[in-house]
Amino acid sequence: MVIAPLRRKVLRDLVRLWPQALAIALVLAAGVATLILGNGAYASLYETRARYYEDYRFADVFADVTRAPRALMAEVEEIDGVLAAEARIVKLGLLDMPGMVEPGAIMLVSLPEGDEGALNRLHLRQGRLPDPQSPHEAVVSEGFAVAHRLTPGATFAVVMNGQRRELRVTGIALSPEFIYALGPGEMMPDPSRFGIAWLPRPSLEAAYDLKGAFSNLVLKLAPGVDQDRVIETLDRLTAPYGGAGATARKDQISHAFLDAELKQMSAMVKVLPPIFLLVAAMLVNMTLSRLVTLEREQIGLLKAIGYSGRAIAQHYVEFVLAIAVVGIGIGFAAGAWLGSELAQMYARFFSFPFLVFARDPQIYGLAALITAGAAVAGALFAVRSVLALPPAVAMTPPAPPDYRSRMGRALRMVALRQTSVMTVRHLIRWPLRTASGILGVAMAVAILVASLWSFGSIDRMIDLTFFRAERQDVMVAFAGAEPERALFAARQMPGVMVAEPFRSVAARISHRNQSRKLAITGRPAVTDLSRVLSPQERPMTMPEAGLILSEALAEALDVRPGDLVTVEFLEGRRRTVTLPVSGLSLGYVGLGAAMEISALNWVMGEGALISGVNLRIDPLQDTEFFTAAKATPETSFVIVLGRTVQRFRDTIAENIIVMVTVYVALASIIAVGVIYNFARIALSEQGRELASLRVLGFTRGEVSGILFGELLVIVLLAQPLGWAIGYLIGLGMVAAFSSDLYRVPFVIGREVLGTASLVVCLAAVVSALAVRNRINNLDMVEVLKTRE
Amino acid sequence: MTSPDETVFRTRGLTKVYRSGAQEVHALRGVDFAARKGEFVIILGPSGSGKSTFLNIVGGLDMASGGEAWFQEHQLTVMNERELTQYRRDHVGFVFQFYNLVPSLTARENVALVTEIARRPMSPDDALALVGLADRRDNFPAQLSGGEQQRVAIARAIAKNPEVLLCDEPTGALDSATGIKVLEALSEVNRTVGATTLVITHNVAIREIGDRVVRFADGRIVEETVNAAKKRPAEVSW
Repeated sequence: MVIAPLRRKVLRDLVRLWPQALAIALVLAAGVATLILGNGAYASLYETRARYYEDYRFADVFADVTRAPRALMAEVEEIDGVLAAEARIVKLGLLDMPGMVEPGAIMLVSLPEGDEGALNRLHLRQGRLPDPQSPHEAVVSEGFAVAHRLTPGATFAVVMNGQRRELRVTGIALSPEFIYALGPGEMMPDPSRFGIAWLPRPSLEAAYDLKGAFSNLVLKLAPGVDQDRVIETLDRLTAPYGGAGATARKDQISHAFLDAELKQMSAMVKVLPPIFLLVAAMLVNMTLSRLVTLEREQIGLLKAIGYSGRAIAQHYVEFVLAIAVVGIGIGFAAGAWLGSELAQMYARFFSFPFLVFARDPQIYGLAALITAGAAVAGALFAVRSVLALPPAVAMTPPAPPDYRSRMGRALRMVALRQTSVMTVRHLIRWPLRTASGILGVAMAVAILVASLWSFGSIDRMIDLTFFRAERQDVMVAFAGAEPERALFAARQMPGVMVAEPFRSVAARISHRNQSRKLAITGRPAVTDLSRVLSPQERPMTMPEAGLILSEALAEALDVRPGDLVTVEFLEGRRRTVTLPVSGLSLGYVGLGAAMEISALNWVMGEGALISGVNLRIDPLQDTEFFTAAKATPETSFVIVLGRTVQRFRDTIAENIIVMVTVYVALASIIAVGVIYNFARIALSEQGRELASLRVLGFTRGEVSGILFGELLVIVLLAQPLGWAIGYLIGLGMVAAFSSDLYRVPFVIGREVLGTASLVVCLAAVVSALAVRNRINNLDMVEVLKTRE
Repeated sequence: MTSPDETVFRTRGLTKVYRSGAQEVHALRGVDFAARKGEFVIILGPSGSGKSTFLNIVGGLDMASGGEAWFQEHQLTVMNERELTQYRRDHVGFVFQFYNLVPSLTARENVALVTEIARRPMSPDDALALVGLADRRDNFPAQLSGGEQQRVAIARAIAKNPEVLLCDEPTGALDSATGIKVLEALSEVNRTVGATTLVITHNVAIREIGDRVVRFADGRIVEETVNAAKKRPAEVSW
């Protein structure tokens, strides 16, 4: 019964303070939403992938061979731990689509004869599987079908093994094997230039002369089996048939890229949201604590008329909990909604056949607990300090703060106006409050910097990769190694201005117990088109012998220049050699190893062979060039660098920008919430002083200037601190982002710092304008009559 | 009667109505008043008699509902917010019941706060000397007694050389001995600066130190007395 009037007071206080309560609730909501949306999106994608892999029996081990008899499969199935094995024909065909100047590539994959127990099952979106007896029917991947507006019944042309063949689309499908459909040598998926077509096995057997043979096999392993041992056995079995070494699922291209994306997302989710949440919690703690401190006289009164300390504390806890509950509610709703939108966006991007919505109640509980806890702690801290006072003391205003000997003399040396002296002394007199204000604004700057930094890094990545390192217009890869005359032939093609050869050899590089399977690139000592850059971003000359490893690879293998590594070539004579590491290079995408081309051919024990050419093309003749390239039988695929850059930007635009925009929006809400509350509380604390000055004849502008001066000092001092904290958060995120596939350069451009500061300063201006109205309406009559 | 050129303030039929919801509160019901240059006027009256409302309007802190109020040749009742601020800044000195000093500024700095924005100020040190606090100039309000704080407030009010000095219960928060010191300071500055001084008080004992006593009741002036022989503050007590 006693509590009832206090309950009413809670409601009235909330109504009275609604703008501040709302601002605090929004800050809380932003913190909660960030945690929930990131985790929700990540958990949904992670679960979806796991379900997809399981339901569609995604294989565990993948191996390519040149040509192996199907009889070998009996031996493969005998390997201990192999649950299922499937022999396939997987070949790369050239696409010849009408209206497409640059030739594209298509991965041709044989369908198993019986669907029973098949691995990497297809999810048919439309149509049907091809008739096993028809040589002209195929199911195509959805991205490719969409890019070329192919529907069941449509036909398209493919060059298979030098032969042009028309294929009719019978269905459109998704496969867990090609979630991230990356064309050979490409860095970004480009569905218009790379697709997958599944054909009945006889059709491909005939085209590639593989009757009774296979070129690729996939394995499903029993859970808990030693994968490395299986791969080792498998490599031994396939080596005589041109096996280039089996790949575990973790290195399968689609999986690895998807994993890298999820890893980046998880880094975003693990690093940023907890910081958001903690910042929000800290701000709410600070703000509510100050808000309750302003209630000092009311607390004293309640105590004087007989309310117990517990009842009073409960009253203020109810007050802050009401705000916290609203904030948490908004945060839950916004976080769940944004998280599902984000997950759906990613699901579309990755072509998942379905999306599993994962909601982790623990995350919700954690978010609610942290925020409510911070709010309640802030309130209790303030209430407790007031409750400690005797009611009579609490009911009277606090004694005027003592400013003696604080910078008094130092300030007198500087000719400041008295109003500026007031600002400075006020800031110095309450160092904790000033520091917490600066820290609050700095955190707002920091979370903006941490949300925005990736743009500068991506620009840097694009600049270094495509404008400094890979400067060729086109890369033409041959189906197999060709003698050097292919280079001279390339130079004769229409429009070719410069041609540089390269050799690409699959190899396993090992150092101590670390090893990585990758392609070693052989290149001329000095090149102009495709260059290897040193960590200082200067083009490197290939050493006469020895390897240049990318920094990421050197780190993965734990080697330094001068160390020796074991190189096991998985092609040609399959030699194993020991080579020195001659230097390190810069590289952000994938693991890279490079050698001088003739040195590479020499250590492999082969003649002067090349795998392809990098070309500079006269833009006026590119149509003629592409027509000729398509007609050249050696051409396996062609990469047009300009398109890659575009895809790179588009893909990043699709993924990162959406996420960053969400974070920036939430960070801005936090910034406004912090500064608005800071200004409001400063006004509550100094309102009487400011009103007295108005009575003395100070104009509204001059009086606002005093409060805004304080705000300005805090906002300005917060900027460098915010940049520094944001820098550290960014650094942590970069570390979390890095994988074998991507390394992200850490670049915080001035524009990032500038944007973060601009947003916070705008928030400050908005808050100042919102408070200005209150300053203008300060009650001058009231101050004449009331004691402080 | 005072000659018109010497009149600093005059009001005619001044009314003020506060509306709260459907209720109307008549704080002033037609006040006619005049004060001449250098006059020391004591305004008495119970709570709610309208004396503070009157002081607020002639001090440019509040707007009248009807009637006229003039300061010299300026009509206050037609001024807008900006003009009223300028009026307070240039012509009015205020002394509040609770001093309203800025705690982060020393005595001298509190005075300088006003002299910095005044047109023809005296030096802050001179103002403090006038109220007998020259030696406490570097003390912060927290280091001063209530009476000293109020004297700093008086120094701050007169440092701009105002034409009028408006004091709302200047001794209300002080004990008798301290209150007398404050009144002495007020009389002293009234004499030296020549500012027309209006002092609101509950304290009937103070009436004898003014040139004239005006009694408010129920929103009107109900009594005006001229003190033939005004007393020095030291001669009164309560």
